Amino acid sequence: MNPTRRRRLWFVLAVVVAASLVAVLVTMALQRNVAYLFTPAEVLDGRAGADVASGETRFRLGGMVAKGSFERPTGSMEAHFMVTDGDALMPVVYSGILPDLFREDQSVIATGRMRDDGTFVADDVLAKHDETYVPKEVADKMGLAHEKHNVDMSAPRAEEGVR
Amino acid sequence: MLPEIGQAALLLALLFAVLQGVAGLAGAARGREELAAVTRPAALAQLVLVLAAYIALTLAFVMQDFSVKYVADNSNSLLPLVYRYTAVWGAHEGSLLLWALMLAVWNAAVAALSGGIPWRFRARALGVIGLVAVGFLSFMIFTSNPFERLLPAALEGHDLNPLLQDPGMIIHPPLLYIGYIGFVVPFAFAIAALLEGELDARWLRWSRPWTNVAWAFLTLGIMLGSWWAYYELGWGGWWFWDPVENASFMPWLAGTALIHSQAVTEKRGSFAGWTVLLAIAAFSLSLQGAFLVRSGVLTSVHSFAADPARGLFILVFLAAVIGGALVLYVLRAPKFPEGRAFAPVSRETLLLVNNLLLASACAMVLLGTLYPLLADALDLGKVSVGPPYFGTLFIVLMAPLVFLIPFGPLTRWQQDQASRVMAMLAPWLGLALVLGVIGYFMAPQGPLKSAAGVFAATWVCFGTLRFVWSRLRANGRAFTPEMLGMVLAHMGVAVFVAGALLVEAQNVQREIPMHPGDSDTIGRYEFRFDGVERVQGPNYLADRGLVQTFRNGKPLELLHPEKRAYASGGQVMTDAGIHGGLFADVFVALGEPLGDGAWAVRLQVKPFVRWIWAGALLMALGGFVTATDRRFRRIPKERT
Repeated sequence: MNPTRRRRLWFVLAVVVAASLVAVLVTMALQRNVAYLFTPAEVLDGRAGADVASGETRFRLGGMVAKGSFERPTGSMEAHFMVTDGDALMPVVYSGILPDLFREDQSVIATGRMRDDGTFVADDVLAKHDETYVPKEVADKMGLAHEKHNVDMSAPRAEEGVR
Repeated sequence: MLPEIGQAALLLALLFAVLQGVAGLAGAARGREELAAVTRPAALAQLVLVLAAYIALTLAFVMQDFSVKYVADNSNSLLPLVYRYTAVWGAHEGSLLLWALMLAVWNAAVAALSGGIPWRFRARALGVIGLVAVGFLSFMIFTSNPFERLLPAALEGHDLNPLLQDPGMIIHPPLLYIGYIGFVVPFAFAIAALLEGELDARWLRWSRPWTNVAWAFLTLGIMLGSWWAYYELGWGGWWFWDPVENASFMPWLAGTALIHSQAVTEKRGSFAGWTVLLAIAAFSLSLQGAFLVRSGVLTSVHSFAADPARGLFILVFLAAVIGGALVLYVLRAPKFPEGRAFAPVSRETLLLVNNLLLASACAMVLLGTLYPLLADALDLGKVSVGPPYFGTLFIVLMAPLVFLIPFGPLTRWQQDQASRVMAMLAPWLGLALVLGVIGYFMAPQGPLKSAAGVFAATWVCFGTLRFVWSRLRANGRAFTPEMLGMVLAHMGVAVFVAGALLVEAQNVQREIPMHPGDSDTIGRYEFRFDGVERVQGPNYLADRGLVQTFRNGKPLELLHPEKRAYASGGQVMTDAGIHGGLFADVFVALGEPLGDGAWAVRLQVKPFVRWIWAGALLMALGGFVTATDRRFRRIPKERT
């Protein structure tokens, strides 16, 4: 083999090895770290799957914090609230500091697992920075729920930020 | 009146950009030097006009002209003066104007400083930049006009997003944009070289300092963003693998690879095609970053309001840039000269591995960032990719890269003996291993990560110094700014790795309820909560916590973490109290009131966290120093 060819061979070999290594690692890592977004109704009626309902799979719960549902015993860090998608309510418990924009009647995405008693135990709660902003993925899913109930999305809900 | 002047200036700038693009490319293609000569004054005129537009918008903010929609949306009569200047880039339209201004600055700089370059090549490069400017300016004028009037004028504005009312925000976006858009220069030079068809290494020598400066600015911009997130978001994290962070990180990775491959191609002629591809990739990734941030397709803390028309425009622009560049590449790349052959043990091989790893890391981040979009399009559900995906893979890909750093500068071009290089480095590898083991046993927690951090930092630091030593000892061989820049950047990697791994290993975080008078201890540090007081700021009302910190029982600092409620819009913002130190930061953030005077408080001790930013600072410094090397400005006389 002349030097040019040998160099090319090296190059191609290195690329192939690196690419396949990366492909394998990436697939493995993606599988392990992807978290799906579900709304309370999807979890309760089984559309989210048995693994989600049983608490085996970690997932993201999206929806609005139900009005009047927030409770926190005096002096305790444990916050209780309900997340709703218009169809169903899901009790959520979270121990820790809530984000600045966490508020009743605002959209929220909580990451965690289901507990046996049907409560969602969150280890991470996200509320978005802009008060009129609803994460697009939550808005999409809630839009579906509202269409089903013939809720007029355009007028009053728009003020609350559902686009 | 002023907004109309700004508007007119933008339209004129667009005309000059069209002129620059057409005159540059047509003049070079037809061989008409007098036509191509138009490009330089056109570039300078654009700078003057875009600057005028920028000043017009700034004045609208300073004078609080709420008849301009953008001003009414993003400022407020209570907004402090300094933030009226920075509010200009507080949202979509204005940040686009800033972006256009930065492009105009780079454009004018290339026009002014490229005197020694053959006219035809210069005309082509300026022509390409002109076309990019056409894209940016028409995007702004047709989809996101910052000068749009609001009739009747608003009596009072909304407010600048409180998160952006912060000193860090004054310089973070401009630096980031300078870096992003700076990759237009290597891109334009690469396209000019492809158009020229005569692909020698000269164009690389001219584009190397530009690439280094753009890369250094991007490094500074990312560093400041990380620093800002650290003290402003109240979580105490320094990197979140958020889609927008990723959008700035991908061009950085491609740019880092580009800096190294440009060096190989310029000096040895190898990897010429790859270098051109990387130059295209770095700029395309910058544009793609703009697309991700501006179109609202990704959910992120940075997203401004979404607008499909804008997304579509950027997508078409992106397709034109990437598609056009790649078609040109396919047509012309086979004509690339073969570089000189090299052996498996050589600096070329090491730099090849460097490029493969950086490119893989970039592809990995790209996949993770776009995967939610892909999954949505393929109806696989709404997913998010967690930080562990990025964290794990990034460490796996970067560990070999960091390990190989000391070998690079010491290994000879073309061919070398592995034993010769190993003999020089073996003692330092031994030292690093010993210190790593000591780190393992000394670490209060996370021994493996701590050991890895100590080992990697020592190894890179002393391995790099070994190169400096052997270079200084060799008589008559100059130590060039290019080498100094490389040494600084590699030392920056050592400092960064030490900071990143040590803080990840030894960070302690606690979220607890505290009553006034309560104390809590983390390691050598003690926190005493002395209650909360009400404070009136210029445009907000704050709950200010009083937290006295102690180290080894001695008072350290009285920290004032704040929870601010802004007068307009009622947004609430956390402002952390931080005692910074070379070896550890003490971090306190206020949560919510829990009743009975008790507050939820987040306490953190973050060892070596500052080293992360110090390392990035060194890397950026390295980029600037490299660019000062006079070799890049020497114009070869043999061929003109």
